[in-house]
Amino acid sequence: MIRCEEIMAWVRELDLVYQSNKASLTELDAAIGDADHGINMVRGFSAAAKELSEQTPPDIGAILKALAMILMKKVGGASGPLYGTFFLKASMTCNGRTSIGAEDLVVLFEAGVAGIRQRGKAKEGDKTMIDAWEPAVRAMREAFSGGGDVSEILRAAVSAGESGRDATISLAARKGRASYLGERSRGHQDPGATSAVLMLKAARDTLA
Amino acid sequence: MKKLMNDPGDLVVESLRGMEAAHGDILRVSYEPAYIVRADAPVRGKVGVLSGGGSGHEPMHGGYVGPGMLGAACPGAIFTSPTPDQIEEATRALDGGAGVIYLVKNYTGDVLNFESAAELCVSAGIPVETVIIDDDVAVQDSSFTAGRRGVGATVLIEKIVGAAAERGMGLAEVTGLARTLNEEARSMGVALSSCTVPEAGKPTFDLGADEIELGIGIHGEPGRERRTIRPARELVEYMSEAIFSDLPFHRGDSIIVLLNGMGGTPLIELYLLYGELERVARTRGLHIRRRLVGNYITSLEMQGFSMTALRSDDRILGLWDDPVHTASIRWGS
Ligand SMILES: Nc1ncnc2c1ncn2[C@@H]1O[C@H](COP(=O)(O)OP(=O)(O)OP(=O)(O)O)[C@@H](O)[C@H]1O
Ligand SMILES: [Mg+2]
Repeated sequence: MIRCEEIMAWVRELDLVYQSNKASLTELDAAIGDADHGINMVRGFSAAAKELSEQTPPDIGAILKALAMILMKKVGGASGPLYGTFFLKASMTCNGRTSIGAEDLVVLFEAGVAGIRQRGKAKEGDKTMIDAWEPAVRAMREAFSGGGDVSEILRAAVSAGESGRDATISLAARKGRASYLGERSRGHQDPGATSAVLMLKAARDTLA
Repeated sequence: MKKLMNDPGDLVVESLRGMEAAHGDILRVSYEPAYIVRADAPVRGKVGVLSGGGSGHEPMHGGYVGPGMLGAACPGAIFTSPTPDQIEEATRALDGGAGVIYLVKNYTGDVLNFESAAELCVSAGIPVETVIIDDDVAVQDSSFTAGRRGVGATVLIEKIVGAAAERGMGLAEVTGLARTLNEEARSMGVALSSCTVPEAGKPTFDLGADEIELGIGIHGEPGRERRTIRPARELVEYMSEAIFSDLPFHRGDSIIVLLNGMGGTPLIELYLLYGELERVARTRGLHIRRRLVGNYITSLEMQGFSMTALRSDDRILGLWDDPVHTASIRWGS
């Protein structure tokens, strides 16, 4: 069972995780983008952890919606509207709920990723965060169908997300800033796919 | 890294504060959320012209806020697009009842954030039109990219569209004009050195002592290829070929050009480059009818330059000559 406490622990963990990966995410973005991804994520999640800890909304849907609004305001870049949309769509699956179970969690992530897909219009193979998200939510659904609990579902998500993230290394980017590099973007790991996996790992460490 | 700042995280806000102090007669600054708006906004019955993007490209965009050019500008963090709440608030502050046009450089972040803001404003009853600027010939425009980047043409388009709005043209007409201008403009840049994002603390990319990046983007994104430095004459010829053959520009065309420094290039070099550009244009039979030479769309302290050409008829030249009164572009009365 996942309650508001676990969701808040996830938010605080995201703040810490992005802080400790700020430099490495920014470095990945320097190679094929504009050297701001880690900075953007930290700006968003440190504001979110602070604001939501000071005043925690009453249910999971409301927490995720508030998180979405903070990210849209603070992150900027491509990742701001994308992660903002993720949490906004996710929040709509659990309006008014103070606890959710394994299947709810899968639905929540599926809705979030559908939001990213819709806003960014990227497909798998375009070398974006979608390359981590799509296999991750597929693995979640599979793990749930196979009888997995929250912990197993999230572990499956992390390992599928990691493979997707690693696969971005050899791809040429077709979306986002990295696409300007075309062939020269091969050999570099996508920063957004990297931050997506960090988000999944934080979920595994706090929600299960 | 050596930069003239206090805390890197405060650079944008503290710079806005200085801008407000220096140009309070032309503009007002809002800090939460951050935007710059002309002092006399909203101007009743006139279309508001709004632009924005990451900071670090000064004087773009805040330096172009004022009568005859931009109505409002939304500065993001360094090299990061502004957010929908900023854009929405700025739109409300600017709208004088005739609607607002967004001039947006084609970067995924900017496009997504302006798109979200436009949705918010339209649902609140403010008519908004968006024109995406994508003039950089260094990037291949194909289904394999996010499309061409918006660079130097932005400055020229902001001036001309601002003049049209000031004359009282309606939203549809101003939008059509902006689209036409974008289609008629082409640009390309070259970097001699990287820039350093203050919060990143080190150069975005490494260039060898004698290397240059041809087709550089305004955020230090790499372009077409890396070469060893060549004489200025050859660089201008290379870039002219890329720009003029792309539209293509034809013998006899009238053009407005922008010979732009990236922030770390002395004017003595920019004028030398402009001289070379005049020569190349003449041999191609192109008439440079108006020009800007200087730092207009920069990448922090990057050394390098970009060239922009905009094909212009008498109507466009007339709008170009209309009075403008901003912090960084001023003429007429
Ligand atoms: N269309 C898209 N769909 C999904 N993800 C995308 C898309 N475009 C970019 N991304 C992701 O966003 C990441 C970059 O995010 P970042 O925070 O650096 O924004 P940015 O592209 O630099 O924005 P800006 O151009 O405003 O600076 C990429 O690594 C990629 O994973
Ligand atoms: Mg980036």
